[in-house]
Amino acid sequence: MQNLTLILLLAAMAGGAFFMGRRRSFAVVGGLAHSARLHSLPGYYGYFTLIWCLLPALGLFLVWVLVEPKVIVALIIESLPGAQRTMSAGELNLLVNNIQNLAAGDAISGEIDAVMRDAADRYNDYVAASRRMLAALTLGIAGLGGAIALRRIRPEFRARNRVEQVVLYLLIAASSIAILTTVGIVLSVLFEAIRFFREVPLTEFLFGLSWSPQTAIRADQVGSSGSFGAVPLFAGTLLITAIAMVVAVPVGLMTAIYLAEYSSSRVRAVAKPLLEILAGIPTVVYGFFAALTVAPWVRTAGESIGLEVASESALAAGLVMGIMIIPLVSSLSDDAIHAVPTAMRDGALGLGSTRSEAMVRVMLPAALPGIVGGILLAVSRAIGETMIVVMAAGLAANLTANPFEAVTTVTVQIVTLLVGDQEFDSAKTLAAFALGLMLFVVTLCLNVIGLTFVRKYREQYE
Amino acid sequence: MTETKITEEEAVPEARRVETDGVPAAQKPNGVAAHTVVERVAELGEKTVGEVRCDNPFIVTENVDVYYGDNHAIQNVTLEIGKSEVIALIGPSGCGKSTYLRCLNRMNDSIESARVTGTITLDRQDIYGSDLDPVALRARVGMVFQKPNPFPKSIYDNVAYGPRIHGLASDRAELDEIVHTSLDRAGLLKEVKDRMDEPGTGLSGGQQQRLCIARTIAVNPEVILMDEPCSALDPIATARIEDLIDELSRDYAIVIVTHSMQQAARVSQRVAYFHLGRLVEVDETNRIFTNPQHKLTEDYITGRIG
Ligand SMILES: Nc1ncnc2c1ncn2[C@@H]1O[C@H](COP(=O)(O)OP(=O)(O)OP(=O)(O)O)[C@@H](O)[C@H]1O
Ligand SMILES: [Mg+2]
Repeated sequence: MQNLTLILLLAAMAGGAFFMGRRRSFAVVGGLAHSARLHSLPGYYGYFTLIWCLLPALGLFLVWVLVEPKVIVALIIESLPGAQRTMSAGELNLLVNNIQNLAAGDAISGEIDAVMRDAADRYNDYVAASRRMLAALTLGIAGLGGAIALRRIRPEFRARNRVEQVVLYLLIAASSIAILTTVGIVLSVLFEAIRFFREVPLTEFLFGLSWSPQTAIRADQVGSSGSFGAVPLFAGTLLITAIAMVVAVPVGLMTAIYLAEYSSSRVRAVAKPLLEILAGIPTVVYGFFAALTVAPWVRTAGESIGLEVASESALAAGLVMGIMIIPLVSSLSDDAIHAVPTAMRDGALGLGSTRSEAMVRVMLPAALPGIVGGILLAVSRAIGETMIVVMAAGLAANLTANPFEAVTTVTVQIVTLLVGDQEFDSAKTLAAFALGLMLFVVTLCLNVIGLTFVRKYREQYE
Repeated sequence: MTETKITEEEAVPEARRVETDGVPAAQKPNGVAAHTVVERVAELGEKTVGEVRCDNPFIVTENVDVYYGDNHAIQNVTLEIGKSEVIALIGPSGCGKSTYLRCLNRMNDSIESARVTGTITLDRQDIYGSDLDPVALRARVGMVFQKPNPFPKSIYDNVAYGPRIHGLASDRAELDEIVHTSLDRAGLLKEVKDRMDEPGTGLSGGQQQRLCIARTIAVNPEVILMDEPCSALDPIATARIEDLIDELSRDYAIVIVTHSMQQAARVSQRVAYFHLGRLVEVDETNRIFTNPQHKLTEDYITGRIG
């Protein structure tokens, strides 16, 4: 039986279980009219039966589907003649693969001998047997579960509590998916980074002033042992982030003040969505805007006043990144200002403040924690931003504070380390994980601080 | 154990309940409800009963109308408020007391839909005139709000806020002096003089409200408007504020909105009764509470209009 058919059958049984559970609940109190004597609403008895019917069967199904291939392969290897059983793991793997392909009727590499054909037939037999067993067991358990649940239905049985318990577990499971994934990613990055630090000392990575990750591919190559000092990368990241914040914070904050205090509701109705559109532009678009429009413009502007400007400058990337972040800063600040109770504003105006005095002396200080939190979130966004800097900031790992020079950032280097053909366990590739880990730690800290600020100011007025 | 369930039996009386509400209001035992809103408006009449004028008027409002969009919230109100008198505005909820009060310091300006017509003068100066700066006006007409709203700053900075923005003190010593006297007059100094640097939001509700009053008098206004200043306070804190109002009434004209008849009787010299946007009756407090001229006023103060 096909797995899909089985699933559909299960679904049908579950539906049936629901209605039977409901019917049964009426029956145990002696008819629809007496349903008031039930502890829970009749539907809960239906759901309770459904859960008993579905969950154990589904659990069995999943385990079976996961374990089945391994068991069958083990059985096949067991049954192979002695010669093949002494093969190396790699060869054995290939053989099993061929057998599986043969069984499925696909083309295979190498020639087919009687042993393999035999094994393939057996493979097919095993699969068919497994499917039959699976179907029988699953449907059996579903029926059994449903029957047990039906027998437990009594007027005083607390079906609602049971069902809500199961729903609770479901919700927990759903929310753990995101958390577990994050933990998984962090752990894998962490382990790869540890492998990197076995080859390159942590101190060199953290404090080294030169970054040139070209390692020798062949042992006889000269002068390319690679140096992995991450300082220039973090300096570059910092420089570009700083430029971005210099653009985004004043502009974003002033936008927020205008929108929150001075704009009429008509302007606000138009401006807010427009800003949100700005936030929705893909960063690649910002990237080529930076590389093709802003960078040449910065270069000519710099040259016209006699400055030496690299065609890929930190300034161009930072400017565009700043523009990208404006909506984030302005909308979070706007929210923070709006969260200050109008009573504050009325109080200030009632004492004879002008609107700007009320804003500067009362509203902004009250909203400050929220605004700071928003800015920190924006910084961590800027640090993690990749596309704009890849396209506009360049690849040269210069250690400089001059915004007219080309610099590179952590994210750009991660990209360049991983594109192209690489040995996966070379120091060069592993360096990407170390950089990723550092980046993660930095943005995590910023986010934690930012969110703490935001939360603190929320509590203030509740 | 069955409270979570709605049975078919229960559903039926629910439907019947709707029908009981359909019974005409006139048949209800409570006599007040027999009047419909339309009859009430007819009862209002065009003219305010009692004495709207006073000796030595300081604030004069003539034929004031306020509209919120299409909602005619204040209709043709004429009233004089004297120097150093306490006048209480009373009336059922939604009758426009706050709206009228907010006209007097132009706080309605910040409501986009609000429109004020008629003339309001403060010390013979038209406060809606084009040459008048609403910011300067609000320094002369202070306001205390229903809910205490201290700024999230220290107690000292709360009181110093007004003097600072108006440049009332030339140095720190002078500012200290203003802050201390204001707190003292608001009856708060003893309680807070050792914790001037703590946030004003950390005080109790009654203390916060007195802080707000101190903040208002620190600007040295000529009039203080109070919109239900005690509605968020317990009886003891209320009594303290009422004493304070008594004190302050020697130097300031005070306009107070209140829902408490006792409070109006205790603190005010005159009472103005508003109803559905109209000023129904104004008179000396004694007269209003012992011998109201208008039927509506009588109904309200005897508790027959909620
Ligand atoms: N900001 C506003 N925008 C539109 N309409 C308003 C606004 N403020 C008040 N109103 C309307 O004006 C009328 C009078 O309201 P107001 O707040 O002055 O009543 P009130 O007498 O102070 O009532 P309460 O005793 O409940 O405080 C009401 O009908 C109200 O709906
Ligand atoms: Mg009011």
